[in-house]
Amino acid sequence: MNDTLLWLIPTLPFAGFLINGTLGRKFPRALVSTVALLATLLPALIVLKLWIFMRSAGAPGELSLIGAPWISISHFQVNFAFAIDHLTLVMLGIVTGVGFLIHVYSVGYMAEEEGYWRFFGYLNLFMFFMLVLVLASSFLLMFVGWEGVGLASYLLIGFYFKRDSAANAGKKAFIVNRIGDFGFLLAMFLIIAHFGSLDFANVFGQANALPSGLTGGFLTAICLLLFVGAAGKSAQIPLYIWLPDAMEGPTPVSALIHAATMVTAGVYMVARCHPLFDRSPFALDVVAIIGCATAFFAATIGMVQHDIKRVLAYSTVSQLGYMFLGCGVAAYEAGIFHLMTHAFFKALLFLAAGSVIHALSGEQDMRNMGGLRKRIPITFYTMTAGVFAIAGVPPFAAFFSKDEILYQTFLRGGALGYTLWVFGLVTAGITSFYMFRLWYKTFFGPPRFDEAALAHGHGAHGDHEEDLAPVYAHRDSHAVMVEEPEHDKGQAAHPHGVHESPATMWIPLAILGVLSFIGGWVGVPLAFGGHNEFEHFLGPVFNPVEHAAGHIAARGPEYILALVSVLAAAIGWYAAHVLYYRKPGTAAALAERFKPLYNLLDHKYWVDEIYGRLIVSPLLMVSRIVLGGLVDGLIVQGTGATLAGSTRGLGWLARRMQSGNIRSYAGWLALGAAIVIAIVLFAVHPASANTLTR
Amino acid sequence: MVPISYYLILAAILFSIGVCAFLIKRNVITIFMSIELMLNAVNLTFVAFAHMWNRIEGQIFVFFVMVVAAAEAAVGLAIIIALFRARQTLNVDQVNLMKD
Repeated sequence: MNDTLLWLIPTLPFAGFLINGTLGRKFPRALVSTVALLATLLPALIVLKLWIFMRSAGAPGELSLIGAPWISISHFQVNFAFAIDHLTLVMLGIVTGVGFLIHVYSVGYMAEEEGYWRFFGYLNLFMFFMLVLVLASSFLLMFVGWEGVGLASYLLIGFYFKRDSAANAGKKAFIVNRIGDFGFLLAMFLIIAHFGSLDFANVFGQANALPSGLTGGFLTAICLLLFVGAAGKSAQIPLYIWLPDAMEGPTPVSALIHAATMVTAGVYMVARCHPLFDRSPFALDVVAIIGCATAFFAATIGMVQHDIKRVLAYSTVSQLGYMFLGCGVAAYEAGIFHLMTHAFFKALLFLAAGSVIHALSGEQDMRNMGGLRKRIPITFYTMTAGVFAIAGVPPFAAFFSKDEILYQTFLRGGALGYTLWVFGLVTAGITSFYMFRLWYKTFFGPPRFDEAALAHGHGAHGDHEEDLAPVYAHRDSHAVMVEEPEHDKGQAAHPHGVHESPATMWIPLAILGVLSFIGGWVGVPLAFGGHNEFEHFLGPVFNPVEHAAGHIAARGPEYILALVSVLAAAIGWYAAHVLYYRKPGTAAALAERFKPLYNLLDHKYWVDEIYGRLIVSPLLMVSRIVLGGLVDGLIVQGTGATLAGSTRGLGWLARRMQSGNIRSYAGWLALGAAIVIAIVLFAVHPASANTLTR
Repeated sequence: MVPISYYLILAAILFSIGVCAFLIKRNVITIFMSIELMLNAVNLTFVAFAHMWNRIEGQIFVFFVMVVAAAEAAVGLAIIIALFRARQTLNVDQVNLMKD
């Protein structure tokens, strides 16, 4: 495999970003999309070629690309270097493949938006950083990608920056992520202190070589700090609050960044650092518990949301929880497997939701949808594939991946393992419930939208009728990228009513729909007559020693467990069917009946409010009083005011002399001359003064 | 023999009178005369020192000063006449067009 070709994988999207970012404003839209699509299609093709190469017999398990040395301080050295093993390959495939499909979709979705070039520039920038993240062969380079995707996420969430809520959501995402990044940084410092290196191969080699009796200790500290970073990026308790708000961004962004790729970076990182986590059972338990708790809590919140994208956002948080649960029971393959199938079906769900929103000219509230099955059939069928996949209906993708996680959790055993399994199972039922709820509310029943209003076509997707006047306040921060403000009003009006999306939008949907259907077949477990290809593919990464032996699991329980989880999904489906299709009124009645519970869920357990009270307000108060009042007001402004005041005072004095009166000038001249003479006489030449007076 | 300090003190007194008159008086002609007075005070100093050191340069300088003063007087008086024709006054406080 040619090294130059591999270097092109991250470089091309970056080139796309540079071209569209600097010149895109002048380009016609077709050229902007051509550049952006080429910048993602070519890496995808290279990855495909790489995939074929790595699968071929006799290929090395790992490729490494050493670039230039970056930091070199005595024995400590970090290179710009990439490493590609099977885990990286899976991530590369997801990022470039799904990324490319979403780029194609965006061409249709964003066709009438202002800031078209800006959008594709940001998307390419994101692709670049995400590829750096997965390709990196050291913690530090990974951190570069880690921060970079955070930046791209911030820029894209705040894409409609003229809307206050979008700008705030971008800030929230960025700030919450900083907390996680802080953990990551501290973990890196600890790694440097204990291993003297940040290179993956070096650190993991040393970790593997540690005496087998040694578990925990500083490794636990490192792992927990790394997990703080992962929890920030992958929206786990307690740092998940930014992801639902991130839905302010355009829908393709939600699909690419906040469902398929960026938010899974935390899972990837935990899987990548498995030699460390393997040594720390405590850290693994924490990962599993947090993952399971997040899965459960987010799923319960998702049950009562009305905004179609928010349901999917909480669902994403919940599914990420599953992935961490998988990693937490040391079944990294299962976690990554679910990561992959989730990338397919969640990207599909988001894009299909975008297509629904597009069809209704910007409506996101499911209470104003319904009956769309016949109106937008392609969207309906593709979304159905996604819903069945996430609900875990066999043989759709998530059935295999989610079951694998639950099965591995069950195998872990012990009180903790069984508890986690029960919660995971209940969550599977809830997942099925809220997804079918979304399905029924959107596509079935009587239409609840205002057809006449839609026909007039006012409205803009992702852009409610918000006031556009205060937006100028945000202009400064975007000075470079800013658009003409007069007509940036999100999606332009469609002159016609409900309509199916253009081909650029439904073709990616169809491809992802097929992938959601068959994507799980690469990991069919032995119990179902498969070979668990996926696990074997990742085997060399996660357990190089045991790999040769392979592990033979008892077949009996796997059947039963699979049956149980299908049953859970079926119950969820049935509940949704009754509540939202057969007797649409019962849901409201139930909500009324269990009002406190409903309110608790509706307000998302008041987590945002609690954080607001406990963290944000005190922080704001300290900022206002100590930093704003004391430091800024007294010291900074005080110094400034004193300097300015004294300058003005001196100026006032000096201005007095410039009276414009000739005789006063003469007077000053005479006075000055007298002073000079006095100085010369008495200070410079005292002797001559004596002579004179003598 | 009159000591040199007498000449210098006289020159200083004349110069000071010139300065004071320059600052106080409003009539342009008087101001002009006070400038001449200052120049002559300086001339007196030059001559006194030239005599004291028995050198000729001081006296030559006096001639230069006189020539310049004469030229200045010619130009200055011409300006004063033009000024008087234009403004009907010789009071400097009223000649302040450029200031306002």
